[in-house]
Amino acid sequence: MNMHNVSWVRQDMVSPSARPDRQNGRLEWTRKNLFNGWVSTFLTLASVAAILWLAVAVAPWLGNSVWQATSLAECRQLLDGAPGACWAVIRDRWPQLLFGFYPPHLYWRPVLAFALLFAAFAPVLFRSPPARALWFSAVYPGIAYWLIWGGSLWFPTAVYLGFAVAVGLISLSARISHGFAISVAILGAVLWWLYAVEPLTSTANALLPITLDVVASRDIGGFLLSIVIGVTGIAMSLPLGILLALGRRSSLPLIHLLSVVFIEFIRGVPLITLLFTASLLLNYFLPPGTNFDLILRVVIMVTLFASAYMAEVIRGGLAALPRGQYEAAEALGLDYWKAQRLVILPQALKISIPGIVNSFIGLFKDTTLVMFIGLLDPIALAAAIRANTNWQGIYWELFIFIGAVFFVFCFGMSRYSMYLERRLKTDHR
Amino acid sequence: MKMTIALAAIAAATLTAGAASAGTMADVQARGKLNCGVTGGQAGFSAPDASGVWHGMDVAYCRAVAAAVLKDPNAVTFVPTTGQTRFTALASGEVDILSRTTTWTFSRDVDLKFSFAGVNFYDGQTFMVPKALGAKTAKDLDGATICIQTGTTTELNLAEYFRKNDMTYEPVPVENNADIQQKYLAGACDVYTSDGSDLASTRSSFKDPQEHIILADVISKEPLGPLVRQGDDQWADVARWTLNALIAAEEFGITTENVEKLSAGTDNPEINRLLGKEGNLGEQLGLDAAWAKRAIAAEGNYGEIFARNVGEKTPIGLARGQNALWEQGGLMYAVPFR
Repeated sequence: MNMHNVSWVRQDMVSPSARPDRQNGRLEWTRKNLFNGWVSTFLTLASVAAILWLAVAVAPWLGNSVWQATSLAECRQLLDGAPGACWAVIRDRWPQLLFGFYPPHLYWRPVLAFALLFAAFAPVLFRSPPARALWFSAVYPGIAYWLIWGGSLWFPTAVYLGFAVAVGLISLSARISHGFAISVAILGAVLWWLYAVEPLTSTANALLPITLDVVASRDIGGFLLSIVIGVTGIAMSLPLGILLALGRRSSLPLIHLLSVVFIEFIRGVPLITLLFTASLLLNYFLPPGTNFDLILRVVIMVTLFASAYMAEVIRGGLAALPRGQYEAAEALGLDYWKAQRLVILPQALKISIPGIVNSFIGLFKDTTLVMFIGLLDPIALAAAIRANTNWQGIYWELFIFIGAVFFVFCFGMSRYSMYLERRLKTDHR
Repeated sequence: MKMTIALAAIAAATLTAGAASAGTMADVQARGKLNCGVTGGQAGFSAPDASGVWHGMDVAYCRAVAAAVLKDPNAVTFVPTTGQTRFTALASGEVDILSRTTTWTFSRDVDLKFSFAGVNFYDGQTFMVPKALGAKTAKDLDGATICIQTGTTTELNLAEYFRKNDMTYEPVPVENNADIQQKYLAGACDVYTSDGSDLASTRSSFKDPQEHIILADVISKEPLGPLVRQGDDQWADVARWTLNALIAAEEFGITTENVEKLSAGTDNPEINRLLGKEGNLGEQLGLDAAWAKRAIAAEGNYGEIFARNVGEKTPIGLARGQNALWEQGGLMYAVPFR
């Protein structure tokens, strides 16, 4: 019997009918999401009331903003008793909040450094970066330093030559022993930085002066300071954190012990203590008259602090990898560093992205703690601005502005990390 | 990463270069800049303006010292310090002089090993209350909630005063001045206690200053003055006599306008000695004859500095009070220039 001849088999599809009215459209969405049971209904109404209350409380204040005034008294005069925000303080002082006391005619330098920062991030931003982009990322720190602090271009160049010296020494002495080559390279580079950089800089500068006006560290403040400390801390804490995480999982007892002691010590101490150490204690240890730049001291401490946290985040990623991945890498005959570089770390770092970005955001916001050691970060500048008789008594406007700028940066980082997670998603879950 | 190593290299280079310290004055002159520790911001005493130039009583004093020592009132690097970092900054040599509304006390002078150059502002702790509270004197404050800044002598003075008078109070400790203002205005505390000058300038920033009164009772002595490290007497002398020169200038009526004319010579020998026309006071101090003339020309005499930064014509609006010259019933008294 031929099945095709059976008359009750339907030949065409039935077109779908519309949902019943009660389960359709916005009304249904609202019922399901906002008024699903009495708890949900109550919470919805309470939230709406809270938002309305906030809007009613803040709207007249925000809506009645004064932008054109030279002092709080003038603002009040213009407002004539009505509530209103006095954003004139931001209009008056925003360059200071962004750049500190950086000379105004040189603002283009930190701005350019900031713009180039994105170019330096190209290897992270694009899937397959051209080799030249990687070179730019490598020289960016030197360029940024030169742009922000000024001085002779030969100084960062001479410092970079130290790395060339190290590489040269490695290739010369690699035949003797691997460990020996590394020690010789480190020693050579340190000696280069200590004794060769200064004469080389002055000689090169005498032959071909390429200099920018020097800007003292004291003049760097506001968000420029936060970003310098934050970006350097972020950029350096990741590689250090990876090394520490690997060290903590190492089977060599000395390296394991050193990593554990470092991580646990730094994590056991609040950042503010490290900052006070940087600003106060070091002053007593160093010989009098030493000019050990305060920003540099702070950057070192912040980096050490962040790298200890970073190490633990990455260790979490390493621990999450199945044992089989390590064994597979070994079975392929890869040595330790190749196995880490090609098999383990790419997977471990991908798992750790949310944690890493979490640490980055935390670190960036922690930079405001430097106000306690007398550096003029945005919060400290807000206090300084308030101390001016023109703006004494102003409060919310400054904090709202600073909060908004921080929000833009932190939210940007957070969204970018979510994008990165999606892009790198290769698992089959 | 490389940037920091680069910076480490500079630091290391400066470290090895070392610095032989002959004396603070020689160091300052070799450097060409005076490092002056100030507060990060206190109305009338030190605050940067929109172009980053510092102004205030404490700032003016540093400019006067720079003018005397370096011949340039602008050759000053102002180092903002906090209540916690100020003494270390001075002790470690990060700043040459600390001009930071610091109360001259026994332990700071003796135990912390500093030398105070004198007093550039006599202050005292008092109370501000809303008019509506109805308090007329400090004795009416029994049982009040009081906003105080944490970690200051203010806290201790308050506790001592209330214990002495057998009264109770509820402290509301707040980290910084701006937060106290917000709390006080929001009614989180009945009373705001701080130094008189601070209260006056805070009140002047209120929307309706006349609704608040500052009580007449002053419960502590807060002589504020600049200080230097102990053990460098020449530098301490420069600090002390620059301050004296500013006060003496007001006594003699030397102002920014007439200092040039008076330095050509007057019939008052003390003015002549001060401005370098007679005698060799500058030489004794290790400076040139015109040191005091430049110090006075920098920001004016003590009275001018006071009037410009905190005086009655400024929004802060302080009366001279204890800070008037001794001849006018105040405490400002310059030691003779002889």
